[in-house]
Amino acid sequence: MTTQGITRRDVLRTLALGVAGGGVLQMIPLEAAELAHQMVHKEKTAAAGKYTPKYFTAKQYETISSLCDTIIPKDEKSAGALDAGAPEFIDLLTSENEDYQLALGGGLMWLDTRCVDQYGKVFMECAPEQRKELLDLIAFRKNAKKDSGLSHGVAFFAFLRKMTCDGYYTSKIGIADLQYIGNVTRSEWLGCPPLPE
Amino acid sequence: MSQINRLPKTYDVCVIGSGAGGGMAAKVLTEGGLNVVMLEAGRQVYPDKDYKMLMWPYDLPHRGAGVGGRASENFSEFLAPNGAWQIEGEPYTSAEGANFKWFRSRIVGGRTNHWGRIALRFAPIDFQSATRDGLGDDWPITYDDVAPYYDKVESYIGVFGTKENVSSAPDGVFLPPPKPRCTEILIKKACDKLNITCIPARLAILTKAHNGRLPCHYCGQCGRGCTTASNFSSSQVLLPPAMATGKLTLITGAMAREIVVGKDGKAEAVSYIDKATRTEQRVFARAIVVAASACESSRLLLNSKSALFPDGLGNSTGNVGRYLTDSVGSDGWGEIPALEKMPPHNHDGVGGMHYYVPWWKFDRKNDFPRGYHIELWGGRDMPGVGMFDGLCHNEEGYGAQLKRRARQVYGTTVGFSGRGEMIPNADTYCELDPSKVDQWGIPVLRFHFKWTEYELRQAKDMQETFKSIIEMMGGTYKTRTRIDGQYPFGILPGGKIIHEVGTARMGADPKTSVLNGYCQTHDVKNVFVTDGAPLVTNPDKNPTLTIMALSWRASEYLLEQAKNGSL
Repeated sequence: MTTQGITRRDVLRTLALGVAGGGVLQMIPLEAAELAHQMVHKEKTAAAGKYTPKYFTAKQYETISSLCDTIIPKDEKSAGALDAGAPEFIDLLTSENEDYQLALGGGLMWLDTRCVDQYGKVFMECAPEQRKELLDLIAFRKNAKKDSGLSHGVAFFAFLRKMTCDGYYTSKIGIADLQYIGNVTRSEWLGCPPLPE
Repeated sequence: MSQINRLPKTYDVCVIGSGAGGGMAAKVLTEGGLNVVMLEAGRQVYPDKDYKMLMWPYDLPHRGAGVGGRASENFSEFLAPNGAWQIEGEPYTSAEGANFKWFRSRIVGGRTNHWGRIALRFAPIDFQSATRDGLGDDWPITYDDVAPYYDKVESYIGVFGTKENVSSAPDGVFLPPPKPRCTEILIKKACDKLNITCIPARLAILTKAHNGRLPCHYCGQCGRGCTTASNFSSSQVLLPPAMATGKLTLITGAMAREIVVGKDGKAEAVSYIDKATRTEQRVFARAIVVAASACESSRLLLNSKSALFPDGLGNSTGNVGRYLTDSVGSDGWGEIPALEKMPPHNHDGVGGMHYYVPWWKFDRKNDFPRGYHIELWGGRDMPGVGMFDGLCHNEEGYGAQLKRRARQVYGTTVGFSGRGEMIPNADTYCELDPSKVDQWGIPVLRFHFKWTEYELRQAKDMQETFKSIIEMMGGTYKTRTRIDGQYPFGILPGGKIIHEVGTARMGADPKTSVLNGYCQTHDVKNVFVTDGAPLVTNPDKNPTLTIMALSWRASEYLLEQAKNGSL
C-alpha cells in the first residue's frame, strides 16, 4: 500500500468513518491505525541526531544521564533508560517547569557538594564504588532518618527515580519490556485467556 | 465596553452549556420544532484533530505528562480536550479550610468528552431516602416519574449491562456487556466468597452498532475521545441530531454573564461575553435552559440580579448555591501474586471497568447513612506516566532490582475506587466571592466545603472493604491511609470526584428549593436548570445518566408549555 500524500488526519478520518463509510482511504480501521503509528514514528526518526539539552548544562546533563543509566540499566532482557530517551524526556520537562529546575538542578548541586565533602571530587569524577556508596544512601528514606543531612539527597533521588521510570516505561523499549499487548482496534473483545491453576 | 450588541433574532429557547444537560435539551427541543440558540463558553471540538486515540506515549514529546509535566494534574495530555482544575483568567476561591476543587470545561460537549461513561440509574429509594432515615429531603418526584426517561436515554445513547435485580441498582435497557478481564474474574471470585455483590458494569459504550454509530473497537481509551463515537459524548451523540434539524444555532466562545429579566418578571435575554472580541452581546429568547454545570449555573443565577430579584434569579428564598455535594471518594490498591502467572495478553477492553460492585449493604444496619459503589481497575494497562509511582515510593532503590520488580508487578495491581453518597450539610455551599471577578468582569464563586462524620465513616468502610477483597484474592493491600487529619481514610477533597451537584435543587416547597419537579425555577416560569444543580440527593450513582433523564423530561415539559402558550 502506498502511503504517499496521506496525512495522519486522513487516516483518523478513515477510522472515524469505518469500513462501511469508505472515506478518503480504502482501509480497514486496523490498517489505518497501524499506518498512523508508522507515520508518527517516521516523523520522529527523521528529526533524530545528537541531542542538545534544552535546560541542563552539558556537565549536568552528563550526570543526569549517568544517574538515569544507574536507575534503569540495560540488562539481559532489554536496553536501559539511556536508550529509551529518559534523559531527553527529563530535560524537556525540566526546561518548562521551575519546580523541576529547582528539584533537579539544585539536587545535582547538592550531590556534587556532598561528593566533594566526602570524597574530595564531584560526583562524575568519583570512583564507581564511591558513587555507589552515596547512591545506596540516598536511594532509601530510612537512611535520612539516621542522618538528617541526607534528606535533601533522598528527595532529589526519589524525584529523579520517578522521572526516569516515567521516561523509560513510556518508551517503545520500556513498553516492550513489560510485554504490554494492545493499543489496537479489534472487532471482538476476547476476554481473559485461561487462568493458570 | 461601550455598548451591548443585540443579536437580531429572537429564539424560542436559549440553552447555556453544551454538555450532558444542555446537549440533551438542545436535541429534544429542536426535534420538537423549537428554534434553539446554544451558548458554549469554550471552543468547538474536532475529534479527528483533537483526539489522541491509538497514539503511544512516545508519539508525544511529553509522553502524556504535558508541558512541564503539568498535564498529570489534569489526567494527562492524552485526555480528550475537556477542562481543567484551574482555568487561566477564570479563578474561583475557597473559604478557609474548604479546599474545594472545581473541574470546569470550556469546550463543546463539556465534561462528557472524557467522563467515565458510568451510566447508573438512581434507585427508587434514592428519591425518598429522607423518609427512610430522616436525613436531608425527599425529591418532589419519584423513580416512576424518571424511569421512562432513563429508558429513553439508555435506548438512545447505548448502555451495556445485565439484568440483575439488585434493588439499589435498577436494571435498564442494556446492550450486551463485554466479558470480564482477568483481574475482574479474580475480584468477582473474592467478592462471591465475601458475599459482596459484583456484577457487569453499566457503561455508555457500544458493544454493538447502535443508532448509526459503530461498535467499540476495544482499545480501552474512551477517555481520550473516540473518533468512531462508539462511546457517548454530548458533542458526538446529542448535538449532531440537534444540528440536523436545522434549528440549532451554536455560539462558541460565549461566556454567559447574566439572565436578563423583563418588567413582566419573565426572562427575556441572556447577556454574554464574546471571548474573541471581549464584547458584551445579548441574545433574546422566550425561554432559557441553564445547563452550565451545577456550580457555574448557580453562579449565573446569583449574578442575574434585577430589581425584581435583587439577590439573583431563582434565589428569592436564598437557596441557590446551598445543598452542594460531591461524591465521597476513597481509593485503594494492592498486588495480586496470582496474576504474575498470567501470560501477556490484550487487557484493553472498553475504556473503563467491565465489572463493578453496586451498593450491597442496603439490607442491614451500617454505622453511616446511605451507601457507595466500588469501581474496579488495574491489570495490564497501557504503560504511562506515573504507572510505577507506587512501586518507586514503596520499594525505592534503583538498578536491575527496580527494573525486575517493575516487570514482576506490572499487570498484578488491582485497584478500587469507592464512590459514595454525601448528605448535604449547612457548611457546604457556594456563593459569590464578595471582591473577586474573573477576566470577563464576572464575579466568581467562593466555595465552602466540609465532610462530616457520615462521610468519614463511609470512607473507613471503603478502605476496610478494599483490603478484605485484596486479601481474599491472596494479595497484599498497599494503600496506607491516616485515621486523623483533614482527609482520614483517604477521603478526597470535595470536588475531586467531579460529581458536584445540588446547588439549585428541585422541591415541592419554594421556600426550601429553587426548582419544581420539572427543573423550572419557582420564581421565573421560563427559566429551567437541567444540569446537576437540580439533584436533591447525590446517591452513589454517577449523576450523568440522571442529568440526561431529567433534562429530557424537563425539555418535554417545556415543549408542552410552549405549545399551549403558558411560557
